[in-house]
Amino acid sequence: MSLFEAQGISVRFGGIRAVDDVTFNVEKGEVFSIIGPNGAGKTTIFNLISRIYNSTDGKLIFDGHDFTRTPSYQVASLGIARTFQNIELFPNATLLQNLLIGRHCHSRVGLLSQMAFLPSTRRAEIQHREKAEDVIAFLGLQRYRDSLIANLPYGVRKVVELGRALCIEPKLLLLDEPSSGLNVEETEGMGFWIEDIKKDLGITVIMVEHDMALVNQVSDRVMALNYGKVLAMGSPREVQTHPEVVKAYLGGELEDVA
Amino acid sequence: MRYLFRTDYRQDISVARHGGDLFWYGLLLFVMFVIPLVMGEFYVGELGGVFIFAIAGVALMLLVGYTGLISLGHAAFLGIGAYVNSVLLSRGVPFAITLPAAGLFTAICGAAIGLPTLRMSGLYLAIATLAFGSIVGTVFQKWESVTGGFDGFAVPTPSILGINLDGATGIYYASFVVLLFVIWVAVNILRSPMGRAMVAIRDSEVSAQSMGIHLARYKAMAFAISAGMTGLAGALFAHYVRFLAPDAFDVLLSVQFVTIVFVGGLGSIQGAIFGALFVRLLPQFIAIVRDDLPFGIGRLPGLEPSLFGLVLVLVILFQPDGINGLWQKAKHWFTAYPFKRQQSSRRQKSYAKSERLR
Amino acid sequence: MEDAARLLQLVVNGAAAGCIYGLIALGFVLIYKATEMVNFAQGDIMMLGGFVAYTMITHFGLNYWLGALLAIAVTAAFGFVLDALILRRVIGQPQFAVVMLTLGLGFIFRAGAGIGWGYDSVGFNTPFTNKTVAIGHLVLGEDNLSIIVGTVLLCAVLYVFFSKTRLGVAMQASSQNQLAAYYMGIPVRTVFSLIWAISAGVAAVAGILLSPVSMIDVNMGFLGIKAFAAAVIGGFGSIPGALVGGVIVGVVEQLAGYYLPAGFQEVTSNVVLLAMLILRPQGLFAELTGKRV
Repeated sequence: MSLFEAQGISVRFGGIRAVDDVTFNVEKGEVFSIIGPNGAGKTTIFNLISRIYNSTDGKLIFDGHDFTRTPSYQVASLGIARTFQNIELFPNATLLQNLLIGRHCHSRVGLLSQMAFLPSTRRAEIQHREKAEDVIAFLGLQRYRDSLIANLPYGVRKVVELGRALCIEPKLLLLDEPSSGLNVEETEGMGFWIEDIKKDLGITVIMVEHDMALVNQVSDRVMALNYGKVLAMGSPREVQTHPEVVKAYLGGELEDVA
Repeated sequence: MRYLFRTDYRQDISVARHGGDLFWYGLLLFVMFVIPLVMGEFYVGELGGVFIFAIAGVALMLLVGYTGLISLGHAAFLGIGAYVNSVLLSRGVPFAITLPAAGLFTAICGAAIGLPTLRMSGLYLAIATLAFGSIVGTVFQKWESVTGGFDGFAVPTPSILGINLDGATGIYYASFVVLLFVIWVAVNILRSPMGRAMVAIRDSEVSAQSMGIHLARYKAMAFAISAGMTGLAGALFAHYVRFLAPDAFDVLLSVQFVTIVFVGGLGSIQGAIFGALFVRLLPQFIAIVRDDLPFGIGRLPGLEPSLFGLVLVLVILFQPDGINGLWQKAKHWFTAYPFKRQQSSRRQKSYAKSERLR
Repeated sequence: MEDAARLLQLVVNGAAAGCIYGLIALGFVLIYKATEMVNFAQGDIMMLGGFVAYTMITHFGLNYWLGALLAIAVTAAFGFVLDALILRRVIGQPQFAVVMLTLGLGFIFRAGAGIGWGYDSVGFNTPFTNKTVAIGHLVLGEDNLSIIVGTVLLCAVLYVFFSKTRLGVAMQASSQNQLAAYYMGIPVRTVFSLIWAISAGVAAVAGILLSPVSMIDVNMGFLGIKAFAAAVIGGFGSIPGALVGGVIVGVVEQLAGYYLPAGFQEVTSNVVLLAMLILRPQGLFAELTGKRV
């Protein structure tokens, strides 16, 4: 059984079908990339999976559990974490606080216990900190631990967002354009993090990405989209040489090119 | 400069960062404790008023400064707390029960008004609380059988453990203890998941949601906590003024509370205390200089509200970090001298941030 | 028959009051759509407009129409300067900072008006004061009718302006997408100041239309709170919605004042507002909102 399945999901904005009957499944432990031109509906698929949008049709299944109508705030506790295209960190909080917010779905202490900071809250807090410090060590962010996010360079923020998602201890990680805004070296670094996440932490990854070098470096399988429809699916090489995909990227008629 | 070396996770969690903090806070506590023994009745009374406003300030700081929501109806919560406390007290319920009852009932009112309105953007909360405040004000006026209407309501003297909390000194100590309690709760919340959820909501709702934070529930909780603390302040306020009149809890008072938060500095508990000092001392200051002002400005009927308006405008335009920001800057200047850099206190340029789907 | 006539009369009076709420709400909506700010001082700008008209007509002895027109122009210029000098600075600060800023400005305007015009209520002669039109059993005040007619005319003018003129279309474009409008060569910041000017002008019209019905005084800006109810009913993004919302609030308020015990009328608008937020918070004319990630 696949870890994640999307069965014929669709969404419409006004008259435009942003995502049109998309079906795919992701196996446990693989890195699955979604590519396609701007406006193809890649991020919209992420917004459907994290339940920010409602799918008009179809089903979303995770770990054998149908979550097509699960409210957005419960998706994290299912074990699905995500990052955002343009970074959505909490800029006026420190790096450590940002990571601890990632632990939110694991906190079980009641409000009254928090207000009095009872020993149960204290114990839970220390555990959360241990996990957060593990992530800080894993990503090498020690020197920024107590900096405000607003004062960090873009490249570091990108890694922090990845770290915050890891604090959820997800089974499935959604990365929305992890390389956008990064220079060549930082993109390469990001590629290594993704490989480590897959190998060392055993987390399954779905990634939306434009940078083909990064896609080739880390992906097991690739899905190409255009106008909200699936064009091709398969290994990175198969998909990139698929005639429909070439057509979508080059824009012209394939016959003319050939 | 003092460098902190971290050796234990507990260090992050503990309230005091180092021994120096403990010393200074302890000294402050001691001074506040002996003040009634050495100062005159008038000053003790005024400080009691500052404490009560500081309680409301901390309450509103949690909401505005940490959750990013604004309320223009906190005067109504103060009023609800004041009336609940006083009405129960006049029916013979002991103060040890009426005080928490006032806080609890106000918190429930806060949740009831917060839950429906908080599904929408924070803007609606500002408008809804404004409407709520004016409805509650009307209820205080018209529900004469309970509140006494415009005739007012004489508040009985509270007593706790057989000690009558009479006069300025009694209110001073009662308010001081409640203020310490409220600060303790606020600090605990801020180092717990609840506090981090509030900060997350303030900084990015979309992202908070994807971290597993139920926006409406946490906003309503923050609102209820803030309302409940203000209810406690209200119970004390009733004894501070000794006579409740329904028109005391108007929009102007709500604006004063928000002024506490903005003038003190958003996002710091200390700021709420600074702000309360400012807001309570401003009218005293006006009273002193009233006759010396040129052109009869001192005798304008709307002088006080317009000064609050002016202060708000100036702070938002020129000193968004409030008094706390100035304090931090001064502290930094002294500890880092002569290595002060311009950069370290320069404001970041901000751009229009839209919550709208384009 | 008597009852029907009375009911109709209440409805007309309510609609007139509602038009005023609608006009103030229109000011909120124009500014909100463009800049995502809510101007809590809108009611106070209406008050300033009323006082300026009073000065023009009573002190300078101008003809009603000329005085009104000048007052509208002066208030609009005031709105422009307000944005250019103050509100432009807070773009990018959190929304609640803007709420408090405009609230603070409202207090200052009230004090300014108190210094300039005093704290007594004033009024001026209008062509509609104390005149009535009788239709059968129905006796309607010309003052109330003038509010309704004036509002309809103003809306027609605004409609033509926003849909037919270059500047109006530029304003719409800037409201919908600042960045794109900027790239198209529209001076977005000036356009925003102009929107503030229009909204201040609309507020002045409301103040002038209201003056024969109720006197002008420093605290008339508190009507702005009722206008919030109108704007929320309309969905806070819709111009016709604001007017419809205003009329609903006005009519409900009149009916409540007549059929319910004393004390209910003053809270009607607030109760309607809270009920609306609980039952249908997106308003009657909902716009799709939400942040894009």
